[in-house]
Order: sequence, then C-alpha cells, then structure tokens
Amino acid sequence: MSISSSAAPVGFRDVTKVYGTDVLAVDNISLDIEAGKLVTLLGPSGCGKTTTLRMIAGLEMATAGTILIGDKDVTRLPATDRDVSMVFQSYALFPHMTVFENVSYGLKFSGFGKSATRDRARDGLELVGLRGYDDRLPSELSGGQQQRVAVARALVLEPQVLLFDEPLSNLDAKLRRQVREDIRAIQQDLGLTVVYVTHDQEEALAVSDEIVVMRNATIAQTGTPRELYGAPANRFVADFIGEANLVPCEIASVSDDTAEIMVDGYRYVLPARGLARGPGLLAVRPSRIVIGTPGGFDARVAKATYVGVRMEYTLEASFGSMFAVQDDVDSPLEIDQQVTVGFASTGPVLIPDD
Amino acid sequence: MRVVSSEQSAHPVLIFWLVAGWAGFLVLPWYGIEDGFFGLEWVTDGYPFDPDYAPAIFLLADGQKPWLAPLILPLVAPLLVLGRSKSDPLFSIVLVAAGGIGFSYLIAQGFGIGIRGYSFSWLTALFGDLSDRQFGMGYGGLFVASSMLFLFTHGIAARGAVNGDVFVVGAIGCVIVIVTAFVFFPIAKMLTAAFITEDGGYSAAVFASKFFDDRLWGLGCLAGNRCGAAWNSLFLAILVGIVTTVLGLAFALVVTRSGVRFKRALRALTVLPIITPPFVIGLALILLFGLSGSVTVFIADQFDVQPTRWLYGLPGVLIAQTLAFTPIAFLVLIGVVEGVSPSMEEAAQTLRADKWQTFRTVSLPLMRPGLANAFLLGFIESMADFGNPLVLGGNFDVLSTEIFFAIVGAQYDQGRAAVLALVLLCFTLSAFYAQRAWLGRRSYTTISGKGDAGVHPLMPIRLSVPVVTVAIAWAAFTAVIYGMIVYGSFVELWGVRNTLTFKHYVTAFSVRLTENGVHWTGSAWDSFWTTIHIAVAAAPLTAAVGLITAYLLTRQTFAGKNSFEFGTMLSFAIPGTVIGVSYILAFNVPPIEITGTGIILVVSFIFRNMPVGVRAGIASMSQIDKSLDESSLTLGANSWQTFRRVILPLLRPAILAALVYSFVRAMTAISAVIFLVSAEYDMATSYIIGRVENNDYGLAIAYSTTLILVMLAAVGLLQVLVGRTEIGRRMTESRTSA
Repeated sequence: MSISSSAAPVGFRDVTKVYGTDVLAVDNISLDIEAGKLVTLLGPSGCGKTTTLRMIAGLEMATAGTILIGDKDVTRLPATDRDVSMVFQSYALFPHMTVFENVSYGLKFSGFGKSATRDRARDGLELVGLRGYDDRLPSELSGGQQQRVAVARALVLEPQVLLFDEPLSNLDAKLRRQVREDIRAIQQDLGLTVVYVTHDQEEALAVSDEIVVMRNATIAQTGTPRELYGAPANRFVADFIGEANLVPCEIASVSDDTAEIMVDGYRYVLPARGLARGPGLLAVRPSRIVIGTPGGFDARVAKATYVGVRMEYTLEASFGSMFAVQDDVDSPLEIDQQVTVGFASTGPVLIPDD
Repeated sequence: MRVVSSEQSAHPVLIFWLVAGWAGFLVLPWYGIEDGFFGLEWVTDGYPFDPDYAPAIFLLADGQKPWLAPLILPLVAPLLVLGRSKSDPLFSIVLVAAGGIGFSYLIAQGFGIGIRGYSFSWLTALFGDLSDRQFGMGYGGLFVASSMLFLFTHGIAARGAVNGDVFVVGAIGCVIVIVTAFVFFPIAKMLTAAFITEDGGYSAAVFASKFFDDRLWGLGCLAGNRCGAAWNSLFLAILVGIVTTVLGLAFALVVTRSGVRFKRALRALTVLPIITPPFVIGLALILLFGLSGSVTVFIADQFDVQPTRWLYGLPGVLIAQTLAFTPIAFLVLIGVVEGVSPSMEEAAQTLRADKWQTFRTVSLPLMRPGLANAFLLGFIESMADFGNPLVLGGNFDVLSTEIFFAIVGAQYDQGRAAVLALVLLCFTLSAFYAQRAWLGRRSYTTISGKGDAGVHPLMPIRLSVPVVTVAIAWAAFTAVIYGMIVYGSFVELWGVRNTLTFKHYVTAFSVRLTENGVHWTGSAWDSFWTTIHIAVAAAPLTAAVGLITAYLLTRQTFAGKNSFEFGTMLSFAIPGTVIGVSYILAFNVPPIEITGTGIILVVSFIFRNMPVGVRAGIASMSQIDKSLDESSLTLGANSWQTFRRVILPLLRPAILAALVYSFVRAMTAISAVIFLVSAEYDMATSYIIGRVENNDYGLAIAYSTTLILVMLAAVGLLQVLVGRTEIGRRMTESRTSA
C-alpha cells in the first residue's frame, strides 16, 4: 500500500464568516483539531457547520480571523493551493470521466509522473475495494460505489486534512453503517486528519474522536463522544446528543463538588459541576431512569411500547412527562399504573445555566 | 503531498506578459500599417527605421513621438520585483501601479494626440502647438496595452482579489476592456450624436423633437392608418418571440421525446434557416407568395381571385423572421430539454403523476430558463433584424430599417438614428429584465455530481399529436422554401423566362486552369474568400469570449458583477445597423483606426454574436452542479485547469452551438456589414444585396445557394471536430436500440 498520511492539525482562531453584509454564518469561533484525529462538526441545519468545513477547504474565505493547517496560515489561500481534499455530499464525480480518470484527476495537478499517477490511482481504488472498475463511468455505478470513488479520489492525494460533507446522506440505511465503519477504518489505518460534517448525532457518536457541536453560528460544546453524552455543557447539547429528559430540580446543598438535589421529594446526590444552591436543571438519559426506586417521586405510566430488545415508557410526573427505557421486557408495566421513579447511581448530570 | 504553487516565486504568466510588452515596445511596429501587418511588406521596406513601421524604441531613438518615452517606466518597474514572492506587498503594489498607470497613460496619449496634433483645444492651450501627430495604434501598441492590462490584473490578484486567482482576474479585466472599447465607446460616441445640432453644438431640444416624433410613437393603426415604428417593432418582436419559442420547443420535444423516425433529418432541417442570409428567405417568400409568385398565381388561376400584396408588411416579415429564428430557439431549447434530468421525471412518475402531469409540473418548469432564453433571443433578433423588413416590410416601418434610412437615405440624420437606437435599446433591455424577474432565483441544476441514469419519457399523447404535427408541417414548409431557393438559382429569369440554366453559377464561380495554376475568374470569388476568412477568424474568438464571460458570470463572484453582466449583454441589444454606424464614427480616427480593414468586420462579428455564446454558456453551465468545480479545486486544479478539464468538456454542446452560430452569422450577417465593407473587404452578403439592387436575382440566388452549401459543410465539419458529449451510457444505448 503506497498511500500514507501527511496528517496535519487544523486551527481556527477567532474566525468569523459573514455572507453579504449581514448574514452571520460563523460567529467568532476558535477550534483546534489534532493531527490524525477524526473530528465531527455536528449541529442542526443552518448552524454553520458546512460553512466551517468549506472554510477549511478554501471554498469560502473567512471574513475575519485566522485559519491554520499544520503551522501554516492558510486564511487567504484558495482551495487550489491548500493541501486539503473533500468528499462532497453529492460526490461531485465528473460525469464525463471514467472512474480511473476521476481518481487520477487530482494527481495530475500534484506533480506526479504518469506511472506514479497510475499506480496511486490503482492503489486508491483498491483501498476502497473498487479494483477493476477503472473504465466505468460514474453513471454506471451504484450510489455506494460512487461514494467510494469520491473517497478514493480524495485519499490518493494524501491530503493534510480530509473533509467529508455529510457523506452518508445519499446512502440507504444499511450501507450507512458499513460506509461509516469503512471511513473510520481507513482514517485510523492511515492516521488521517478528518473533519466530518453531519447532522446525525448517532453517526457522530459512532465515528468521532472528538465532536464539535455547533448552534447558531457558534460552538456549543467540544469534547469526546463520551464527554458530550455524559456531561453536556448546556440544555441544547443535552437534548441534541442522544435523548435526555430535562428535569427541573432544587439543589438543596453543595459540599466538595457534590450536590444534593430534590426532585419532587426524591433525594439524589451527584457532582455539583460548580453550581450553587437554588433551582437547577437535571439531564437524565432514558436508560438511567429506574422505575420502582424506594423513596422516588410519583409518576403515572402514560404509554408503554414494546420494541423487542426493551420496553419504552412515557411517564407523567408532577413536573411533566419523561421518557424511559427498561430492559425488563418480561413483566411490562400497565398503562395508568402508579409507580415511584428514581435514577441510576451514575448518569444524571446537572446542566449549567445557559 | 501537494506542492503549493503560491510558494513559487517565478510567475510564468507574468513573465509571458512582460515579454509580450517588451516585444511590443522593441520589435513590433508601433503604429498601424496601411497595407496590412500580415502582408509583411514592411519587413523589407525600411523596417525598423521608417517611421511608419518603426517600433516605439526606434521612434524615440530618432527623436520622434517623445510622448511614448514614459511607457518605458511601467515596463521596467515589474522587472525589479520579479524575484519577490506573491504575498510580498511590494510585488502587488508595483504591478498595480505599473499596469494601471501605463495603461491609463497609453489611452490618454492615444486620445490626446491625433492626426492633427492635440485632439483637444485645451491641450493646445496648455502645451502650445504640437508639430507632430500620430495615427492609429498597431500591433506594438496592442502588445504593450495588453501587457499593461495583465500586469495590472496580476497585481490585483496578488492583492487577494477573487481569492488571488490570476486567471479569473485577468479574464475579468480583459472582458471589461474589450467590451468597453468595442461596445460602450462606439455607442457613447453614437449617442452623443443624438444631441448634436446641425451646426455642431449640443442641444436637448433637438433630442426631444426627434424623440416625440409621430413617426416613432403614432398610434394611427388603431384608426386604420399607420402606426409608429416603435409600436410596430414591439408588436412584431413579441409575436416572433412567442412563435419561435413554441416552434423551437416543439422541435426539441420531437427530437428528444417522441418515437418519430427521421429525428436526425429533422435536426438537420432545423439548422437550415440559420445558415441562410435572412433576405434570401424573403426572396423565396416573394417567389412563392409575391404578386407574381407561384402560389399566388396558382390560386388566382384556380379560384379566379385578384392577387394581393398581403405578403408585404407584418405577415411577410413575421413569416420570414419565424423561418429565420426558430432554429435559434431550437438550438437553445434542445440543450435544455436534453439537460432535464430523467430521474426528475421518473421521480414525478413514481409520485403518481401521469405523463401529462409530469410534463406540466416537472419537465416544463425545468425548461423555463431555456424557454425564457429562447423568447428573449427571438424578441431581440426580431427587433434587430434588418434584411427581412428591408425586403418584405412594405409600409410596415420598424426601428431597424428606419435607422438605416435615417443614415443612408436622403435625410442623413445621425441624431434621428441615435434616438431610434435609444428606443430600441430600451425595449430589448426591458425584455432582458422581464426575463430575469420571471426566472427568479430558483435553482435549475439538473446535472448533479452523480452521473445521471435513466431515459427521458416519451411525451404524453395529447401533447405529442399536436407537437409532432406542427413540427412536421413547419419542417415541410421550410423544405419548400429551400426548394424554391435551389430551383430559383437555375431559372433564367423568374416569371419571365422559366428555362433552366447554369448561367448564374458560371458567372459567379467560373474557374480557369492555366499553367500558372487555378485562375478564379468568377465575379463572386473575391467576396466569397473574404467572407470565409473573416468568418473563420471570428468564430473561435466569439465562442471563446462568450464562454469565458459565461463562466465568469455563473461561476465567480466579484465586485460589480451586475454591471459586468449588463455590459456584456448590451451588445446583444444593439441592432447591427447601429453597430455599423457607431463603428464608423468611433473607429475612423486614432487611437483605434480600423475602418476599411478586415479587423473591423471581425470585431463587429465578435461583439454582435458574443451574447449568443454567453447565453448558450450560461444556460448549459447553470445545469452543471457547482460542486464539480469545487471538488476540482480541492483536488489541486486551479481555476484555469478546472475550466479546461471539467467545464469545457461538459460544455461541448454549447461550444458547438457557439462556434457554428458565430461562423454562420459572420457569413450571413448584413445589417452591420453593409456599413463596414470596403472595396478591399467586400462580404458575400453585401455583394448579393448589390446584385439584388441591380435586379440580378438569378445570380443573387445562385450565390446564396452556394453559401448555404458551404455553411452546411462547415456545420457538419464542426460537429465532427467537437464531437458529442454523452453523459450516461444508458441513454445512448436506448437511443441506438430504439
């Protein structure tokens, strides 16, 4: 395998992007992406994640701030002159060129000789499992194959940074899991720096070393999948990454970073995360709700759904409804049954005010 | 790892333009050469010391034309910063200053000093009388001017404009300069004529009296009299726009979405009328429907009715223009109709739309840009058409012929011509903006980055029956018209002596073989070869300028893009008669002194026909997804390489259309040409018009037939050379199997 990596870190320093005169797409963000890591930009549509990606590629120019790739300031450098490749949402395969011509396209402009270009393009196609497809036109490939050609075309340049713009959105569900695992495997094998845009939180959790959650042109939180899931920094992240029940509570006392809280009479102890006494907000994952906890708060079972591997319940408590999943499928609860509810010993977190 | 090109300190493009600039200054004759540069007589005739042929440096060494001396500075200055890197501020500042100042100075001295010394009295007042003078600039001046321009744009790019893209900035600068020089400048010169009084002063009252003339705006036709030329033109143009668009769409649909055989023949047949000088269709219509035309006489004999002159006026012009411009609509629409992604239509059908609903709700809306373009083209072509109204107009006055008569007629009234041109401009520009508003901001991108599979569905029955009927009927009518032209060329004297003869061809195209080689003895050869040369020179230039402009308009964003678009489209809205007159006014005197040369003909064709290339390019490029460009850029190609390797190959149909169209237009054009031809450069069309004026119809029609055949051959050849782009092999397979 002759394709290797020249991975480099990416840095954003106070970068702002304004379209026209007043449309703020990215608002003063700073960001560090380590070399050899797969970092996901995650957020709802219109949050600025694609603009951020296109600024790394050089397809959009930052209005203010500095963008670094490696140690080099590339803020003013156009796409052509950046050592970055991108896999487009639509794949953007050139319809008038064969698979092989598509893959060798970028090599022609990168100072490779004829035979080196051919070998590399072959290696690239082999890497994505498309050996022998050289002479096909893009129109003669399936969606998944087109996608892999697009990946090979970007990979063979051994870019410092490889960018993916929602690469799975045009694939069917079954392919999605496989392609995302393939992308992750290639990234880890070659040690590539990958920046990956998606709006699908599950996809982000599955592939990323680090996730950057964006919201309204700013960064809401940055962290590993586990950090984001386990300790969301605010209400938006808690709700966007995985499902969370947001429960109003009263912080009764704080000592040594440990807080004691009251939820409708139920007493629970957890890390304080620097919060003080007073009203607070608690994020509880559906799987961390324990039905039948002694001393828990009262609730009524409003809905019960059997989904095979587990039961899903909607519970009505005095402060609102909650969503809970239970592994016990053999003795399900009845609708309208009154239960007492508590939380597992770890999992729930206090959400700092935002 | 990619080698990052901006790190290189050598700039091959910059070095090229510097060498060109120095060559222009040191080697090439500075002033225009009367006997023609490519005659090369000047090389042996006293070059480089004869002041008529000398390069600038020899003129200066001889102590002549001292005002050229300052040009050395901007040529030297860039040499000093060649070694510096692109990001060095000094590099860009020196280039911008040298290029900008050099270019401005070149223009200023060109306009300031003419054939009678200083061109403006205040210059004489300031510097005293100048005993020297200068003529129009030649290749030396052209090279230095280009060099200055591209040094300037290179500097602007180095300062970071358009992401520092040298190709794009250079292309923008180049298009702006040539459009300014060959569209705005002559038109401005022309329009000032609208305010000039008889004794040479300026007056708004003169303009007003000409503008509110009853011959222009009269509404007499509502009461049974004659209407003003402005209303006539408007009404005619709208009719022609609608009819040609409908017919063009019918042809496009028949070719792409019907089971009709002989599609290729239909394709070829629809190309016929554009390879025909427009007045020839008029002549053929007269042969058929004129007072002593075949059909008229036949009907008069059969039904014993009195022959009428119904053809002369609106009906005749409408029929002739429809025959002439339907193929243009067809050429525009075929690309669009083929470009509608089959998967869109398939998607609609899977969404339970039947064929008719699919066509109405998906296919037709996706064709909208093409329909709007076709209408716009028909409207403006009709407005600017000159040949047909001249032959068939009768008492139906339209603006373009009125302009012509205002200038060549007994009245010789430049002011009136200018006012008429202004009205025409308003109409065509309004059409342009109406079309924009109608299209809105919707995206019509249908060639996505994913290769498209699928096959266009056939038309629904209730559509295909009328469409096929209309298309075949019109095709048959066209065939009859052409039959008349060919037949007419063999008739000795139409309506008088109907015997068949080769006489006309012999007169025009006889050839004698002597021991010295071929001797072109026919009377038409001179104008024929001139026409071929000019058309061959103009076609690729027109296509190149048009497509590059289209690329800039669809793919790049830069400050002032709207004015840029307005400027490039303006020449579209100017009828040939106005171009002809304004070119004579503008280019008869230095600094650009090209009347009477072949260059002025080539230039007029480029700017007359460039908007067609732009339109075709825009229509095709708006169907190529932008992510294709972007992915090429992220793969390390620069914008020029992207243009050449991704956009151009996908644009082959548009390139073909632009090449064919500009070649053919150059051979068939008459309106501008009639003002610009000279004894040395006579064009086929003006020669034919001359024959028509002498009532030598046989020779005129024989010559026209020959032209048509030549252009047919050219169209075929170009089709082979450019080749056809096939995207999606399934489409091809289904075609061959069908």
